[in-house]
Amino acid sequence: MSPHGNPEAPASSATEINREAPKASPAPQEHTDHAWGLWEVFVRSSRGLSHVHAGSLHAPDAAMALRNARDLYTRRNEGVSIWVVPADAIAASDPDSKGAFFESPQGKDYRHATYYTKSEGVKHL
Amino acid sequence: MAAQNLQSVPAELTAGTSETAEADGQANFDRVIAEDSRIEPKDWMPAAYRKTLLRQISQHAHSEIIGMQPEANWISRAPSLKRKAILMAKVQDEAGHGLYLYSAAESLGQNRDEMTDALIAGKARYSSIFNYPALTWADMGAIGWLVDGAAICNQVPLCRASYGPYGRAMVRICKEESFHQRQGFEILLELSNGTPAQKQMAQDAVNRWYAPALMMFGPPDDDSPNSKQSMAWNIKRFSNDELRSRFVGMMVEQVRVLGLTLPDDQIRFNEDSKKWEHGPLDWDEFHEVLAGRGPCNSQRLERRREAHDGGAWVREAAAAYAQKQSMKTKEYAA
Repeated sequence: MSPHGNPEAPASSATEINREAPKASPAPQEHTDHAWGLWEVFVRSSRGLSHVHAGSLHAPDAAMALRNARDLYTRRNEGVSIWVVPADAIAASDPDSKGAFFESPQGKDYRHATYYTKSEGVKHL
Repeated sequence: MAAQNLQSVPAELTAGTSETAEADGQANFDRVIAEDSRIEPKDWMPAAYRKTLLRQISQHAHSEIIGMQPEANWISRAPSLKRKAILMAKVQDEAGHGLYLYSAAESLGQNRDEMTDALIAGKARYSSIFNYPALTWADMGAIGWLVDGAAICNQVPLCRASYGPYGRAMVRICKEESFHQRQGFEILLELSNGTPAQKQMAQDAVNRWYAPALMMFGPPDDDSPNSKQSMAWNIKRFSNDELRSRFVGMMVEQVRVLGLTLPDDQIRFNEDSKKWEHGPLDWDEFHEVLAGRGPCNSQRLERRREAHDGGAWVREAAAAYAQKQSMKTKEYAA
């Protein structure tokens, strides 16, 4: 790009639509030989708080994943610490378990302070 | 974005035929949509829902990536160091937005490299707006104010899209977009308060970007076949025309502060419908640009291809280094 001329200038003027179709493109290359793994990114926004999942990215190794995560998820001081975890190292509960997996707390309201109403109005309780 | 492609530990009680699983999945999906809750990556979802999302999210991601070009071209000629730094931050944000969105698309099972290949092969669509040239410095102002302004108008409701990873990506993007619009507004305001020639340059840029920005909301409602289904699925919350009308109303106010005018003498507030109306738009031009025959389509794709090919050695070197390091680690362990 020339530092002086307008790189946008070779295009036709804005009011005139150029009917030229995009140039034929080369066939896509195979990526399988160096496809980068998927990493999940966790960011601690400030001291005293937990790391929270921020998103994911691709990187060839942990060091690059950390650098990419810094550039992608902390451009505005969003974090003071980052974890990156290979996505396939995370085991997740099955969403198809239809609640069975999380059934145990159901009907156990007595595990919550709000279950106990007789103490209402009593100070410091 | 999601923790995606994660290994699930199957629950013991999920045995059943695929048909009942399908019916259960549909019932669960319908319930989640009816409750205005969110669908997450590993949930069952109708094939058409997945396809619609993939189309929308990948097009959106491609738009962010191609959208870096009109502004990146102006970094070297921005009028001050401050403006250069701002423009660089903005272009970096667009790259980030593309990556958030590619991640969201990947959570639906789409391969990242396939999306990149589709874009550089000219098979993927992206927003028609980025196929118009940025002719003067004032275009950086008009792009920020009008183009990013329209994008925000479109994207704020998408933060509530029913697909979790998409909504979360949009929340992050919207936070960052407001700086984009404000810096554009400021560029125009300074030019408008400058010499008569500078003011004329600002007005000229607004004149050229106004109609393309309005067309960013997509075809009119009666010519937008996918909108109805997208709204039923809570992906879209408002129709194209509704959002466009809302945007026109905002611009009418803001252009006064700029001391400029909008190139449309048919703008009026319809007291009956309580909606802003605007003059006719050239939808033939919109479809031509979308079909790849806009002023800059071939230039944008060519540049994207060059950047992709030019970066190949970096990707290869990083992969080779990572492989070498992991072999060293294995040697130590042995």
